[in-house]
Amino acid sequence: MAAIIETHELKKDYGKHQAVRGLNLSVQAGSVCAFLGQNGAGKSSTIKMLLGMVHPTSGAGRVFGHNIDNEKESLLIRQRVAFVAEDKRLYDYMTVEQIVRFTRSFFPHWNHDLEHRLLDQFELPPDRKVRQLSKGMRTKLALLLGFARGCELLILDEPTEGLDPVAIEDVLQIVVSLAAQGTTVFFSSHQIAEVEQVADHVLMIDRGKLVLDAPMDQVKEQYRQILAVFPEPVEARDFHLPGIETVRTEGRTVSLVASHNVDSIVEHVRMLRAGSIDVVPLSLKEIFLGKVRARP
Amino acid sequence: MFRKPNPSSGVPIYVQLKEQIRHAIETGALVPGDQLPGIRSLAETLIINPNTVIKVYRDLEQEGVLEIRHGLGAFIASRRRRRSKTEELRDAQRQVREFLEALKQQGLDEGEIRRLFEAELAEEFQRR
Repeated sequence: MAAIIETHELKKDYGKHQAVRGLNLSVQAGSVCAFLGQNGAGKSSTIKMLLGMVHPTSGAGRVFGHNIDNEKESLLIRQRVAFVAEDKRLYDYMTVEQIVRFTRSFFPHWNHDLEHRLLDQFELPPDRKVRQLSKGMRTKLALLLGFARGCELLILDEPTEGLDPVAIEDVLQIVVSLAAQGTTVFFSSHQIAEVEQVADHVLMIDRGKLVLDAPMDQVKEQYRQILAVFPEPVEARDFHLPGIETVRTEGRTVSLVASHNVDSIVEHVRMLRAGSIDVVPLSLKEIFLGKVRARP
Repeated sequence: MFRKPNPSSGVPIYVQLKEQIRHAIETGALVPGDQLPGIRSLAETLIINPNTVIKVYRDLEQEGVLEIRHGLGAFIASRRRRRSKTEELRDAQRQVREFLEALKQQGLDEGEIRRLFEAELAEEFQRR
């Protein structure tokens, strides 16, 4: 598999604020890659750099092998990428039909079938002015314009924000369908359960740095929570082992999150004479919370 | 036919789907020769990543549960062929052991046997 997106020590400062602090990403062709992080973690700044909308302060990045910080190459990138921005900016004075026709004229690989299907499925009124659409409808329209472009790479920034559950399900289904046809999808989201459902790779960013970069299945298989009860009160410093991500102690009980090495950790806990030991799987949401809360 | 996997359960989605297919075979909902949905269609129905479906089909083919007929799709394998990987490996191990024993009987020493094996393996897998 080839990397479609690659960055090396990518940095972005806004004045004194370091939004992105040395990011090394790699997104493989054909994958659905989720990009998770809190507000202000650097997700949108990263996406804007990839698309040539802001210049990196330092570091390098390539999309389809083109340099993101070179104006001519950036144009080549944008021809092959469909981007749906977080703010879903659209031409307000056009009607739904006009903006679809207008957008379509720029893209030779426009997917007419998908356009018709989505106009119908999203129940978008063709004659209504964009200005008069509800927030949910604007989002649907912006997604339609992105999905139907027939691009090799789809970058979505918070694609399902403001949508009702039915529309979210529709959107996820289209993502899956496009992925099955070979489109690479890179999307940021706060909706971790959705991400868990459709992504095969997950990137987590916290305060401008990558804190997790792994295949989804691997994350699910390797991360475990270990709960143990001891005869005597224990302290966090008893639990310094490779693989332990977070330690929370409360009197005689301890809760550990392990990213790997679970067997040895359980063995260690047993040696500390734990009375009961439970090993349970973690959802992506719990892993995410552990990552962004564990402030070293 | 299949339920939507629970993404937040902590069990990887591919494991959940594999279990569902195995269960459908055990209960007779799927019988040898039955065709499974195409990758795209199953991914769309369950709203899961298509690579997950590919992984499941590939794993089950390895285990002899499915047969992938190229260009046609995935089918439930006949019972005769559905031997677990462990059984297959155990079988193979026994054959190798017997064969080694026979070579030793003929008077070959460890180094000679090892070199013969390595030469054959090198040739076999380079040719591919």
